[in-house]
Amino acid sequence: MSQTSQATADPTVIEDKSSFIIAISEFWKSYRKNKPAIVGTIIVLFFILLAIFANFIAPQGINDQNIANRLQPPSPAHWFGTDDFGRDIFSRILFGARLSLRVGFLSVIGSIIVGTLLGVLAGYFGKALDVVISRVFDILLAFPSILLSIAIVAILGPSLNNALVAIAIVNVPVFGRLVRSRVLTVKEEEYVMAARSIGMGDMRIIFHHVLPNSIAPIIVQGTLNIATAILDAAGLGFLGMGAQAPLPEWGKMLSDSREYIQNAPWTVLFPGLAIVLVVVGFNLIGDGLRDALDPRMKN
Amino acid sequence: MDETLLKVEGLQTSFFTDDGEVPAVDGIDFSVHEGEILGIVGESGCGKSVTSLSIMGLLPSPPGKIVGGHIYYKGEDISRAKESRMRKLRGNDIAMIFQEPMTSLNPVFTIGEQLMEAIRLHNHLSKKEQVERSIELLKLVGLPRAKELLAEYPHELSGGMRQRVMIAMAMSCNPKVLIADEPTTALDVTIQAQILDLMVKLNKETHTAIIMITHDLGVVAQMCHRVVVMYAGKIVEEGPVKEIFSHPNHPYTEGLIKSIPDLHGKKDNLYTIKGSVPRPGSIAKGCLFAPRCEFVMDKCRVNAPELSGSVHKSRCFLHQEQGRKEVHT
Repeated sequence: MSQTSQATADPTVIEDKSSFIIAISEFWKSYRKNKPAIVGTIIVLFFILLAIFANFIAPQGINDQNIANRLQPPSPAHWFGTDDFGRDIFSRILFGARLSLRVGFLSVIGSIIVGTLLGVLAGYFGKALDVVISRVFDILLAFPSILLSIAIVAILGPSLNNALVAIAIVNVPVFGRLVRSRVLTVKEEEYVMAARSIGMGDMRIIFHHVLPNSIAPIIVQGTLNIATAILDAAGLGFLGMGAQAPLPEWGKMLSDSREYIQNAPWTVLFPGLAIVLVVVGFNLIGDGLRDALDPRMKN
Repeated sequence: MDETLLKVEGLQTSFFTDDGEVPAVDGIDFSVHEGEILGIVGESGCGKSVTSLSIMGLLPSPPGKIVGGHIYYKGEDISRAKESRMRKLRGNDIAMIFQEPMTSLNPVFTIGEQLMEAIRLHNHLSKKEQVERSIELLKLVGLPRAKELLAEYPHELSGGMRQRVMIAMAMSCNPKVLIADEPTTALDVTIQAQILDLMVKLNKETHTAIIMITHDLGVVAQMCHRVVVMYAGKIVEEGPVKEIFSHPNHPYTEGLIKSIPDLHGKKDNLYTIKGSVPRPGSIAKGCLFAPRCEFVMDKCRVNAPELSGSVHKSRCFLHQEQGRKEVHT
């Protein structure tokens, strides 16, 4: 007897999973067709692997100075050459990938969490709360983002972590507005009314209807924002407001080496290239995700 | 059959717009008994949907607000009940299905997830029991392959199937009253008939009272026991379906019945009621139907008739006068 009831319950559980797998494989089918997105994915995965295994790949540490060897051009011993302290630029870029990716991911996750929370509050409950939250977003967006992050870092004190916090704060309104607009749309959908009509409360409606229907644009915006966050972190580093020496942050490496741009161009070329590649990679992924996740692009 | 489940008394619902208060429902009374199918008929904008949303406590507010009257469910006034109380009632006691089955299901979850969510709302059941109950519900609404359907997404289903799923969700907690707001309007004719048959079947099997909101008198004739005809926020006629169809008292009801296409009749133009529904609140005095009425009398433009009669009620001087004459002679 118990076996038969087991049989009624189990297939559905398996089917639940398979329908999830079907959804993923359908997403993959449309994502795969997008060649630039695949290139972006490969670039980003490549950098993620480099960052994870930096310890094993890097020939030298981030601060192994060798003044005798300073400003050496690229060679088999130093693939990307050495900087003004004789440090191996290739090794520094590998460890720098850790810093940049960390800033990119963490700051975006932070902005998504805070932005979503505020966006849901503003969009779902509306009224005075909406006015207050939306005006705060407007004020934050009125500043050029780099200027605002500089101001926040100036208050918190220059460090990579404070730069991360500043970038996260600056990007909160981007997600907040996005989520708010999704909430306003989804809230009026008939399935939300139907959910109310069977006695569903606000919290359940938010978690079961509003958020799941807002996730696709958040993912897309998030991926694109990782690129800008990395760029902003590099910018702050360049201005001396982010990572501090001797951390091998790419923007910081650029600014430290800029006086050698004529005599030793490799000192700026490779950190700059690393920034460009990662940013382009995330942008390509973001565009690909937008095409694959946008319901209007589906037939 | 006799016990009154839902009683609406003098319900007034208004919308507060920039142009001032617009009364959408203007003092209506009706009741629903256990196991009954009550039809509410009227043109677009006559207040049918607002009535149902008022009962459910789901009026978009602002701008909508119940400004007067009471709604009693089993003797309890729910017109001013707290949201937490209403949440308990919704689904458990009173449930509702909507016009658009295509958009009434969340596109990102499977049928099973949504059904089980509805079941979980009011019952504490194990996962296995939820699955069993879902399958049972899908079978109840006549869906084949119930088990496979649980894992399918709404876009994989046809409109008729989705409406069946919606009915299954509404029935998940055995409500006493089911409000169906034009459930067949968005479906094609053959599917319409199936959904109506299903609702009649559910009414017989589960004894759930149904309030059928529609603009289609054919639907009313096919399934309802009693019918309420609404015009511009007021009830103009109310009574048993057979009575209304054989002896419509109000010229509006008569017009509605005459404008049903007849399979066997002559192929002339259909009867139409001239003009359109007045904007709520635009007629200050007299009968609201007077500007469009064929039998309009002088007093119709000055005084508003009351709803009169016992079982078969109507709001028309014409009928009241005829009735009086019949009594006198």
